[in-house]
Amino acid sequence: MQLLVNGKTLERPEGDTLAGLLVALGADAGRVAVLVNDEVVPQARRAAAALHAGDRVEVLTFAGGG
Amino acid sequence: MDFTPEEQQRYARQLALPEIGTAGQAKLRAGRVLVIGAGGLGSPAALYLAAAGVGTLGLMDGDAVDLSNLQRQILHATADVGRRKVESAAAKLRALNPQTELRLFPERFTAANAAARLADFNFVVDATDNFASKFLIADACHAAGRPYAHAGILRFHGQVMTVLPGKTACYRCVFEQQPPETGASPQGPLGVVPGVLGTLQAAEAIKFLLGLGQLLTDRLLTFDALTLRFREVPVKRQPHCRLCGDPDHARP
Ligand SMILES: [Zn+2]
Repeated sequence: MQLLVNGKTLERPEGDTLAGLLVALGADAGRVAVLVNDEVVPQARRAAAALHAGDRVEVLTFAGGG
Repeated sequence: MDFTPEEQQRYARQLALPEIGTAGQAKLRAGRVLVIGAGGLGSPAALYLAAAGVGTLGLMDGDAVDLSNLQRQILHATADVGRRKVESAAAKLRALNPQTELRLFPERFTAANAAARLADFNFVVDATDNFASKFLIADACHAAGRPYAHAGILRFHGQVMTVLPGKTACYRCVFEQQPPETGASPQGPLGVVPGVLGTLQAAEAIKFLLGLGQLLTDRLLTFDALTLRFREVPVKRQPHCRLCGDPDHARP
């Protein structure tokens, strides 16, 4: 299935979860905020969050510098 | 609303903009902006705010200038190493625009001083360099109802977002809680990254004071210097947000 991840299309297997996607992206789960179709998905809910074709996923890295 | 001939010349290009004019310039002169952090983000933000004629500029920073700051903190010069950042910054800002009244706070922004500092200003620029301060500013600005521009940077990229507390999505709507410290020594950022984002924070402060245009609210703007791409991510208030959400709303 095709997802739109940070504005780019990405092919992922059917049944993929948000947690699975983050692993595939190499994201540090504790240091990213994730939105699926504009809704924030807290870290505790990402393993159970199934992704569907066409989902828009935004992975935002915590940035603490100044 | 009277401007001296010198002010008329200094601000001639802004006064010539119909969207600003003398009425707008008077709003800037009446404006009081607190810049928290006189480093990479705070340098361009404070310089542009003073240059534009913001009447009162607060500068808050407990640190002294270090040689390793100069690669990105353009308010400070080699001769300032060891000097308090707020004093080093004030010297440059006074030289740029002596008409801007500076209020210097050589201290960190803390839970203890937050309310007193925010009370005297009508817009805040979060130019801090650590998560504890960024979350504290989010919480304190929410409690005080003080609008502010957030920015954060990392290596070659960063993000910026304006918050009107109680009206638009807050920092915690997106970044729910402070991440654990990594303990790793900081890498970067490339100096131009806070340069770009601090400049955008100044633009937001100026637009807020003027009541002009659309603020960067309910959207987070990300900037990546390596691809030279900006992306706008829509964000909305989360009913379960621990800061601005409905306290009766069940946590997921
Ligand atoms: Zn919120």
